[in-house]
Amino acid sequence: MSLLQLNEVTQAYGSRKFINWKDRSKKILSNISLFLEEGTCLGLLGMSGAGKSTLGKVILGLERPQYGKVLFQGHDIYNTDKHSYQKIRRDLQAVFQDSYSSVNPRMTAEQIISEPLENFEKLTLSEQKRTVIELLERVGLSEEDLKKYPNQFSGGQLQRINIARAISLKPKLIVLDEAVSSLDMVNQTLILELLKQLKADFGLSYLFITHDIKAAYTISDRLGVLEKGELVELYDDKNQFFTSVHPVVKEMRDSMLAEYPRFRSVRRA
Amino acid sequence: MRMLGNEQSNVLQVRDLHVEVKTKNGAATLVQDINFELKRGEVLGLVGQSGCGKTVTSMSILQLLDRKTTKVTGSIKLQGHELNGLGEKEMRGIRGKDIAFIMQNPMNAFTPVFTIGHQFIETIRSHTQWNKKQATELAIEAMHHVNLPDPVKLLKYYPFQLSGGMLQRLMIAIAASLHPAVIIADEPTTALDVNNQKKVLYHLDKIRSEFGSAILLISHDLGVISEMADEVAVMQNGRIVEKADVFQLFDEPQHEYTKKLLRARTVLPFDQSVIHLA
Repeated sequence: MSLLQLNEVTQAYGSRKFINWKDRSKKILSNISLFLEEGTCLGLLGMSGAGKSTLGKVILGLERPQYGKVLFQGHDIYNTDKHSYQKIRRDLQAVFQDSYSSVNPRMTAEQIISEPLENFEKLTLSEQKRTVIELLERVGLSEEDLKKYPNQFSGGQLQRINIARAISLKPKLIVLDEAVSSLDMVNQTLILELLKQLKADFGLSYLFITHDIKAAYTISDRLGVLEKGELVELYDDKNQFFTSVHPVVKEMRDSMLAEYPRFRSVRRA
Repeated sequence: MRMLGNEQSNVLQVRDLHVEVKTKNGAATLVQDINFELKRGEVLGLVGQSGCGKTVTSMSILQLLDRKTTKVTGSIKLQGHELNGLGEKEMRGIRGKDIAFIMQNPMNAFTPVFTIGHQFIETIRSHTQWNKKQATELAIEAMHHVNLPDPVKLLKYYPFQLSGGMLQRLMIAIAASLHPAVIIADEPTTALDVNNQKKVLYHLDKIRSEFGSAILLISHDLGVISEMADEVAVMQNGRIVEKADVFQLFDEPQHEYTKKLLRARTVLPFDQSVIHLA
């Protein structure tokens, strides 16, 4: 049994009054089927408008698909009993693109990271504080940051706090939706390193959704390509992305910027 | 091939730029000892992490920093004329016409309550004596130049009806329409995905080669810098720590910080095989 499995997930908006409702409505996702094994990272690449955010929401249980199933640890997340659902909510976490809007600006770092612990665990105040400090240190911050507010942190630091919160319940799968896209290059590299380390230390699994090919390549084991709501390619070996002759993938590769001036293609002589 | 020029051939010349801001604990320096020049048709890449002072530098060239709380010293010469200390009225005549600015998030560059046609034409007419018809023609031509589809129809749209990539190309069209001597592009591709990124850079380069505009390209992305720049200045903590020809900087970085930035690049399988060939 895979940790996460999607069966023919389809999401559409539009009228269902007509018999041929599929033709009249706008399909955001079409027939997406994929699986993710525990301890691995699946990267999902897609340009703007490909359906990435919608897919992320569907997988997280935030948006019920028109058709198809999302199975997490064998349970249909949109059709399961309350007890199983509680467990799913613990084991399935998320980190989003905008670190500032992912937190309550009136809560301290300590309060932000404690929130899931308070909701799901029964720890004493001192145990909770100790756990939060450990989590802060895990993500490269420190005890000094406990009482600080979000506006006192940089985007990169705040994203580390979001990650600390996401791992606080020792989840099984974390959905990372453009999680490093708003950070500058050095911070991107550092956060990706952190995520890789945490994956190794805690046996985490990731679903890394992004338009950034290099970031996806760095962290993923397998790569999927989303285009206009369809999963057009799924590579078990991420290196296949660079040898594929699929037109969508070729276009993506050609659009990449060379980080070595000698290989640049925008400037003509 | 770059021509050796004297001070006169610099379109933009910044000397000893120093920006301070007043805080309750005294004056804090934002940037200091900033020296660089831009030549006609050339691209200077300004690279560094968030907070290093790249945007403060560009804002001070445009004289857009708050005059009450910030102090800008040093010389900023545009085609020989000193900009530092110029009044707001004179700067408004220069901004948009002699120096154009392309900002990071295209959505923030436009007001949502007017059509893009209205905003484009207003910009053109505020700097020229042309009537509405002539300004509209110029706008349409500029939009064709950046491959925006169906410009006549697009002029009637509101900003929210265009995608990020299209808005950014529109911003380039507006910036270039009056053939400015200098274009300052601050993180012009950061909000866009790879397909749009390359298109935007391509159009920026086209304007450079066809109209000879000098470009100050600010980015934290080494890919953008290496694709576009002739010369690169690396900023850290408000100072330029290294400045060199782009090929030289990438091949033989001198400063530790430059080396650190270059190490943060991702090496992909196809990069590796091609690097060995070179």
